[in-house]
Amino acid sequence: MDYQPPPFFSRGPAPLVRLGFFVSLAMLLMVLDARFRYAESIREVLALLAYPLQRVALAPSEMFGATAGFFTTQVALKKENDQLKARGLLAASDLLTLEALRAENAQLRRLLDARERVPRASTLAEILYQGRDPFSRKVIIDKGSRQGIEAGQAVIDDIGVVGQVTRVHPWLAEVTLVTDKEQRTPVEIVRNGLRAVVYGGGDKGALTVSYTATNADVQADDVLVTSGIDGTYPPGLPVCKVSKIERNAAISFATITCIPAAGTDQNRQVLVLAREEGLPAPPAEAEPQAESLPKQKRPRKRE
Amino acid sequence: MAYFEQPQRILLPVNVGYIALTIVLALLFNLMPWHDLAGVPDMVALVLTFWCVHQPRKMGIGIAWFVGLIMDAGNGALLGQHAFAYAFLAFGAVTLHRRILWFSLWQQAAHVLVLLLASQALMLAVRMATGAVFPGLMYFAGSLIGAVLWPTATFLLLLPQRRPESVDENRPL
Repeated sequence: MDYQPPPFFSRGPAPLVRLGFFVSLAMLLMVLDARFRYAESIREVLALLAYPLQRVALAPSEMFGATAGFFTTQVALKKENDQLKARGLLAASDLLTLEALRAENAQLRRLLDARERVPRASTLAEILYQGRDPFSRKVIIDKGSRQGIEAGQAVIDDIGVVGQVTRVHPWLAEVTLVTDKEQRTPVEIVRNGLRAVVYGGGDKGALTVSYTATNADVQADDVLVTSGIDGTYPPGLPVCKVSKIERNAAISFATITCIPAAGTDQNRQVLVLAREEGLPAPPAEAEPQAESLPKQKRPRKRE
Repeated sequence: MAYFEQPQRILLPVNVGYIALTIVLALLFNLMPWHDLAGVPDMVALVLTFWCVHQPRKMGIGIAWFVGLIMDAGNGALLGQHAFAYAFLAFGAVTLHRRILWFSLWQQAAHVLVLLLASQALMLAVRMATGAVFPGLMYFAGSLIGAVLWPTATFLLLLPQRRPESVDENRPL
């Protein structure tokens, strides 16, 4: 004999039980997402649900943009046209030298038996909006896996590196900006070719170069470009400019602060670069051989 | 207490479709491109709190959890972050719903402020634990504005449940 309350009194499990159930589910998801990246398929389904909502939510601002564009005055258009013509002239002269340099470069590379660099395929995308998440610096672009965007591709604008595609949905993709705290970019200094890694500061205008020795040859206003050794970014794209260097003897590394080169917060149009094909696979990690290594006693440093 | 000072309106039963509509509208508000504007209230949290307080049998922790998941996917946040916070928010609102409604609207707003702040603090704790940077104290301004909007939200969200006032001199009640 079981005592069931009449159906009009039944309210299901107690709130505390429900809370426990859903909170543990949420925690499971968070751990899966943050530590193991297993939750991507769940996220994709949910993103598909959110996609129509996102499009509708974006409609007012897009409509405003379109209307504002329609009413742009002729004066402004004329001015812009003149500016563009002037820039075109400048660019044309540059282009001529560029052609010559490119030919020369190709010849030199052939001489050096270096692999010729093929220009990468690229996709023009527009930034739809910045994620509402105040903890990270990510933007959503309007091209996704349907347009051939893949996670890991580099995103640039007309000045330099903007970031990297980190997550791809069918019609949208998420780009993590170089200023995000979790984002690292391998760079080298143009002046002397010193390699370093740029860390995002998590803040708007801040990048830091970490783990560079205090006496490293870095100066203010040094331009840092991608080194290209990671196989993700093409070499030579400007990333940032050194703004401040603090050399503190108490810390073994210099604190170098940089300003991002690309308009990570301004531009709407960006270029997504396809990955370079035919790169040799990274070598397999060597098995740790504890026995074969001769044990060395390290002298303890004293100062 | 305000409850005895003002005559209480008898409300019509709520329409479940209307609850769903308000949640979808709140999601739309949250997914709009706000960029870095600080102090934009989390409308979804506010609407969920409202329905948990007013209709705890129709709205509950499970629905809040699911809506939180959609927020996570739409925002590119850590999956489960909003779900986690909204589950606690709904639990707090459902637990307090008998108490909150006895107060005047502004006193209710004070209760809601605590609930919203707690849910934001939970999200902050989760993100800090996974290695994010502290976004600054302005992060909490959204809750403050959300709580200020509580009386307006109450008026708007209860609007379809109010019946038109019909004055009849001959009716005894």
